[in-house]
Amino acid sequence: MEQTRKEYIHELDIIQEKVAVMGDKACTEVQLAMEALLAGDAELACEVMQADDVLDDMIVDIEDSCILLIAKQQPIAHDLRVIVAGFKIATDIERIGDHAYDIAKTVQNVTVPLDSERMKWVQLLGACAVEMVAKAMRAYREHDVCLADEVRRLDKKMDEVFARAFYALSEFVTTEAARQKRITQLLFIARFLERIGDHAVNIAEWVIYRETAARIQQKKPACPASRGQVKPGD
Amino acid sequence: MKMRTSNLNLYYGEQQALYDVSLEIPQNCVVALIGPSGCGKSTFLRTLNRMNDLIGGVRIDGRIELDAVNIYAEDTDLVTLRKRVGMVFQRPNPFPLSIYENVIYGCRVHGLKDKKRLDEIVERSLRRAALWDEVKDRLQAPAMGMSGGQQQRLCIARVLAVEPEVLLMDEPCSALDPISTMKIEELVQELKQSYTIVMVTHNMQQAARVSDYTAFFLNGKLIEHDVTDTIFTNPQDRKTEDYITGRFG
Repeated sequence: MEQTRKEYIHELDIIQEKVAVMGDKACTEVQLAMEALLAGDAELACEVMQADDVLDDMIVDIEDSCILLIAKQQPIAHDLRVIVAGFKIATDIERIGDHAYDIAKTVQNVTVPLDSERMKWVQLLGACAVEMVAKAMRAYREHDVCLADEVRRLDKKMDEVFARAFYALSEFVTTEAARQKRITQLLFIARFLERIGDHAVNIAEWVIYRETAARIQQKKPACPASRGQVKPGD
Repeated sequence: MKMRTSNLNLYYGEQQALYDVSLEIPQNCVVALIGPSGCGKSTFLRTLNRMNDLIGGVRIDGRIELDAVNIYAEDTDLVTLRKRVGMVFQRPNPFPLSIYENVIYGCRVHGLKDKKRLDEIVERSLRRAALWDEVKDRLQAPAMGMSGGQQQRLCIARVLAVEPEVLLMDEPCSALDPISTMKIEELVQELKQSYTIVMVTHNMQQAARVSDYTAFFLNGKLIEHDVTDTIFTNPQDRKTEDYITGRFG
């Protein structure tokens, strides 16, 4: 049989490539934001903040491409899932970019440096977040459902680290009055990184949807007591 | 199941056109038959009321049931069968008669003469075909003066007048403009409350919009059939996927 709709198939490929490039860029920005934070590098932080505009432009471009393709080509079956997944994933990537921006913004306001004991928690969370986003985007690019599943499992580890970090940093807020503002900022950063992990999970779930049509949604437990909050000595 | 085919094979002389087609047609549902030209979908449609009997050299084996009774049994009354399983064709084909006479044509053939009864049938059939309001004041006007979309709805009314149970539609919108097409599609949604409908269409979006089940034919074989929502979001066979997404033609 002769293959038809070559231009349409090409446009679908372009959308997927744009999403992959945007995802890689957002992952890089999270990495750089963490570097800037740990090194106290305000110049690098500024570059990360400027890069957010680029990500914002990229999502508009992707959304426009998806809308046009739906309107003109009426994609169905796997093609439709490519478009829907691309559209949804681009939104998650854009949010990841926003969180990289938020982290970088805190570097601008550093007045009191913190020792490595405090910073190790955000460093740990940062590594987790970057690993999850990088793997989610690799799963997207390589159509790898197993890797997407791994990202979903990594979220458990992220939640555990976040619970420990939150507890440890909260302790410092009460014991070190002079550094309260900075430690509160770190608590926010911890939350941003945990949210980045959640967006990586969303991306992984849309990859699974694109490949298998299965709708999987990782639900957070409703009861706070079961959300993996770790007490001292655990 | 309203209708069921089991291991249906059909031959035009030496050439086999359908291979082992087994398909169930649930009552009060719309089943869309899709596939490229020459795949056997219209041939299959015509077996459901034995229209293929009219073509010389056609041979069939397998089984086709209407309400669990084999329609190819020797004692089948073809007039009754085609009354129970009516057909609407690709191009509107009204007779060169008035709108009124077109609707009651089948009833007259079946010997009905009571004017009051015929009037009732005309109104009821035209209402069901969503045409009554447009033509009620000109029932004696020639049907050939109607628009293409109106003519097709008139043909549907003509089929409905003899109170069928199953409606076979062979690309009923292919000769119509978009507005008329939408009217027929809305009508199909209404009609499935009372009838079972099997529709051949080349329009993927139409199959997706109007049908409950979709069957994909290729080279005389039924490749895949499933709930329409599944066929258009997650078909299981690569050949179905390639066809509905327009990957080959």
